[in-house]
Amino acid sequence: MSPVVAATASENAELLVFIILAPLAVVSALGMVLTRNAIYSALLLVVNFFCLAGFYVLLEAQFVAAVQVIVYAGAIMVLFLFVLMLLGTGNELPMRETFKGQRPAAVLLSLGLLVAIVGALAAGAFDAEPASLAAANQGGNVEAVGRLLFTRYTFAFETAGILLVVAAVGALVLGKRRP
Amino acid sequence: MRVGPGAYLLVSAVLFAIGVAGVLIRRNAIVVFMCVELMLNAVNLSFITFAKTNGALDGQVLAFFVMVVAAAEVVVGLGILVSIFRKRSSISVDDVNLLKG
Repeated sequence: MSPVVAATASENAELLVFIILAPLAVVSALGMVLTRNAIYSALLLVVNFFCLAGFYVLLEAQFVAAVQVIVYAGAIMVLFLFVLMLLGTGNELPMRETFKGQRPAAVLLSLGLLVAIVGALAAGAFDAEPASLAAANQGGNVEAVGRLLFTRYTFAFETAGILLVVAAVGALVLGKRRP
Repeated sequence: MRVGPGAYLLVSAVLFAIGVAGVLIRRNAIVVFMCVELMLNAVNLSFITFAKTNGALDGQVLAFFVMVVAAAEVVVGLGILVSIFRKRSSISVDDVNLLKG
């Protein structure tokens, strides 16, 4: 197979996967906001996270895709479901509005935000040429990201470790029952 | 036909707007939290798209750090929610009004 044909085939595969994943991501996000049962919200958010992991693979970010599935879809969502079931408040709260007209205003504002972002994108990002990460990913994406983490971003990496320890201790302190 | 960066950025923008709407609409504090996670993920998608358009991996590293901070934030936030629930047996965002003037 000549390289040109191979390139077209992989582009077609990318297009196909994108066409499947993009509506699924948007629909699951919408469902998460609209469903009244919080457990369903959490499960739909897991679907959304898996779609994003698929996008990351398409964008040549295999390491981040794996972290997305393990950390987000795995650990963080399990934590959410744990707390939801622990508190037993999975079911809907009364739908009264605290402020009159809050919901229509919220929908209008977020639509306005969407229009603003898309307008900003239309100013140039849409016709950006998709470059390739083939050079940067030489020897594997995980190796390349790891090299970057332990050279240019060492300080941030260590700080992230401290942050995680502080968060764990903070959660312990918050979760402790006071006598 | 190839998928340009614009398509990914569009999906990212839509997801972010849905997250904002959820934060503004929902009453359940845990669901509000999940909407914040959705917004963080939308921004991560932008980061990784831009990493590809720039041909450098720095965007992917940044997305990784966003995930680390989000994990820490979720742990502390859910801890706070649990202790609020113990005090008032409710996690509606409207019931937490101690600071109301």
